[in-house]
Amino acid sequence: MARFARATADRERSEAVTELTQLTLAEARDGLVRKFFSAIELTQAHVDAIERARALNAFVLETPERALAMARLSDSRIATGTARPLEGIPLGIKDLFCTNGVVSTAGSNILKTFEPPYESTVTRNLWADGAVMLGKLNMDEFAMGSSNETSAFGPVVSPWRRRGSNVHAGGAAGAVEGAHLVPGGSSGGSAAAVAARLCLGATATDTGGSIRQPAAFTGTVGIKPTYGRCSRWGTVAFASSLDQAGPIARTVRDAAILLRSMAGPDSLDTTCADLPVPDFEAAVDRGVKGLRIGIPKEYRLDGMPDEIEQLWRRGAEWLEAGGAEIVEVSLPHTKYALPAYYIVAPAEASSNLARYNGVRYGLRVQGRDIVEMYENTRAAGFGREVKRRVMIGTYVLSAGYYDAYYLRAQKIRTLIKRDFEKIYAQGIDAILTPATPSAAFAIGEKGSADPVEMYLNDVFTVTVNMAGLPAIAVPAGLDRQGLPLGLQLIGRAFDEETLFAAGQVIEEAAGRLALPEAWWAA
Amino acid sequence: MSVDQNTVRRIARLARIAVTDDDVPHLQGELNAILAFVEQLNEVDVEGVEPMTSVTPMVMKKRQDEVTDGGDAGLILRNAPSTEDDFFLVPKVVE
Repeated sequence: MARFARATADRERSEAVTELTQLTLAEARDGLVRKFFSAIELTQAHVDAIERARALNAFVLETPERALAMARLSDSRIATGTARPLEGIPLGIKDLFCTNGVVSTAGSNILKTFEPPYESTVTRNLWADGAVMLGKLNMDEFAMGSSNETSAFGPVVSPWRRRGSNVHAGGAAGAVEGAHLVPGGSSGGSAAAVAARLCLGATATDTGGSIRQPAAFTGTVGIKPTYGRCSRWGTVAFASSLDQAGPIARTVRDAAILLRSMAGPDSLDTTCADLPVPDFEAAVDRGVKGLRIGIPKEYRLDGMPDEIEQLWRRGAEWLEAGGAEIVEVSLPHTKYALPAYYIVAPAEASSNLARYNGVRYGLRVQGRDIVEMYENTRAAGFGREVKRRVMIGTYVLSAGYYDAYYLRAQKIRTLIKRDFEKIYAQGIDAILTPATPSAAFAIGEKGSADPVEMYLNDVFTVTVNMAGLPAIAVPAGLDRQGLPLGLQLIGRAFDEETLFAAGQVIEEAAGRLALPEAWWAA
Repeated sequence: MSVDQNTVRRIARLARIAVTDDDVPHLQGELNAILAFVEQLNEVDVEGVEPMTSVTPMVMKKRQDEVTDGGDAGLILRNAPSTEDDFFLVPKVVE
């Protein structure tokens, strides 16, 4: 009998070890505690996967020595029974988070050599809970973009391919050939790395949709928590009244586990909420019985693909089958959220990015005088999209235009938030919408002539940032081309728990997506 | 509203971004595309609406006015392109 038990345990162990990168974060956590494998083995498996996946360009910096040193420490804690909540879990970190002594670039040439002498609160929280850092992830420059094409490190390749696509790895040094798909942005490296199983989860940030849109494009789960749930300290600022950190992971449960560790009060960020962090994982299995889910009619756009419409209807049916009541609701100012965002966000960006002037850190390009030095530094250090947004922001804040643009946009923001408050006051618990107006597109396909074409990607996500609310994107199916599509659930302020519960119902009903095989592996 | 080429140069100057003559026409086109897109905000009646100042209701946190950090000149200067002693060095500002 004892021998049988051991044989079973051995088999379980060997199955668990063979595909360490295939595990969910929750499975890996449990396997570590049960000593099916070590933190070193788990980390090494991911370090190897990252090395073989360089063609995806998801990581801008690999930190294998640091990762293995952290994993070694985790193994000793597990051995002594002092494991912390994320002990030995290998993660990728978006390069917007400052990491002490590890170059943090925000995807920009202006910060290409910046080595912060401090740690962001979100990453500090993760390390304090025992997580392991695999490296820094590619992103759109200063988080401005929806495709990861604005990165100073070049675009990220999505692990997903359209059915019948000729995209393959095999060019010089294993480079990807063909018109590959974008992983979305700005957290494109985070989403691609999670979907390609290069890490068990990743940090990301969301100013207008930068967690949820790449999650939807890559068949992963991403949650933007309520504004103030995670500290912004040590995260390179884009638009301070909209920026929030959150996780991207492969399951709803994994996202819940990560968010619990990332979030929490912080005296270093005055906008960080002094609220206790709930046990989000405990909310995952709560179900949706008795919840009232709103379907906002304004999200039904002209020209939206049928597949998105059907997916949305199916999502409502799944929640209804789980015991929720589906209610049609109205958010009348929805269509104004995106244009108002393109005033508010650039205005805040132009102010936040004023610090990059070649004096205290980052690139310096000399000029004849100090003003010319500023101008040359910023001309050389910023990419096109960043320059565009800084200039728009400068314009809408300039004398004579402030009232017409900025003040009006902030008033409209009040109206957008009021729309949500009204329907929540009617007893709606969460709102269901599509996450994006389409599946992923190919590199170079959008925005080259007109920047607004790219901006339209965020039409369903941006309202949430404008109102400071939490929202989750959950994979819900594949389109005709075999690409993932996501649904978005929007919650009440500081009620992420309902989103995890409802997200889980969608995940179970949709069935977990089969992620692409590693066609990119060298 | 739309911007002409002189305005593009003026905005670039205010934003402290050097632009070349070649940059100006495409920047003008892109900025005008964005300004045309935000034009629709003029349809909204904002009479009597308060502009948003804080997205979640919160009280400004306060703390005792005392020194809690500092003495790290070396760390602060570590990433600077040019320094001398404990100072950031910039081109001469005053003649």
